[in-house]
Amino acid sequence: MLDIIQRFIKKVLYTIFKRKKHIKLGLYGSPNSGKTTLANRICQDWLGEEMGKVSNVPHETREIQIKDQINIKSKGKELSFNLIDTPGIATKIDYEDFLESGMTENLAKKRAKEATRGVIDAIKWLDDMDTVVIVLDATKDPYSQVNITIVGNLEARKIPVLIVANKIDLKKANMKRIQAAFPQYSVVGISAKYGDNIDKFYEALFVLAG
Amino acid sequence: MLTLQFIPHSEIENLGSARRVKKILDLVKQDKIVLLEGRLREQEEKDLIEITMEEINNKFKGIELSVIYPNNKSNTLFKKLKHGMFKALLGYRQGLTIIGPASIVKEINKDPDKIELLTVDKGKNRKKRSKG
Repeated sequence: MLDIIQRFIKKVLYTIFKRKKHIKLGLYGSPNSGKTTLANRICQDWLGEEMGKVSNVPHETREIQIKDQINIKSKGKELSFNLIDTPGIATKIDYEDFLESGMTENLAKKRAKEATRGVIDAIKWLDDMDTVVIVLDATKDPYSQVNITIVGNLEARKIPVLIVANKIDLKKANMKRIQAAFPQYSVVGISAKYGDNIDKFYEALFVLAG
Repeated sequence: MLTLQFIPHSEIENLGSARRVKKILDLVKQDKIVLLEGRLREQEEKDLIEITMEEINNKFKGIELSVIYPNNKSNTLFKKLKHGMFKALLGYRQGLTIIGPASIVKEINKDPDKIELLTVDKGKNRKKRSKG
């Protein structure tokens, strides 16, 4: 019965999105989960260019990055969207954490300030998204409250969500733990860095957003 | 010394969203670990993170937050209906929310129905400083 209701809701959402010219597709998640790497993968695959800078230092993306009109095609289907890459959402930022990456104190403080601003912007932009991909680091604890808060907020507003378990190329990656944490959502395991399973990701996008 | 401040749901249920978030954050900024009966609404949790970020400064580094909330992972229709009924009756009174200042609470691990609080060890020099 609940499955029937869910399918009906998906159908209604599909009908709504079908009329939209450009879906706003947001990439959300904790810092360093691979959002920008995935954004770069999507842009490289469909536009031939990257979107943003990546590094191992958290909060590398500190501003909202937008790529308009990405058109993806697969098996006769076409999907058009504006891709929005967001700063990783965190509940705390301490400039001293950046010192461990070898930054000077001034640079670390500047980065912390920018990162804080970035998180605020990412949260504000969440209200404008039509569809959201939550990018999780598959090697880390999926029960972080940031992930749950974002997903809960989107669920309350009936925004379609796709969970991506990234970094499946790493030994510690645990897909089953991600699936157990979010049993009501589609979970796709990928390596944004190496492109593993990226076709499955695009297929899931078609299902999610029409 | 750790201070745990318990807030029964009745203390916040008649407050507006902004005042709820402010009440909790004011306590956390006093270096208290807040144990809230129930949970905030989804929008309020989002607002809590946003306002926390706006208030970060040299003294206040942010928060650690975790919510234990009964999840309906049952496959049977009866259990799903039962869960739905409890949710309809109790709403946001169910569960427990823990919010602590990041200066005291290093990490909160939830896996998935127990919570482990790791506190900051103030005895050690935890940060390596580099000059440039």
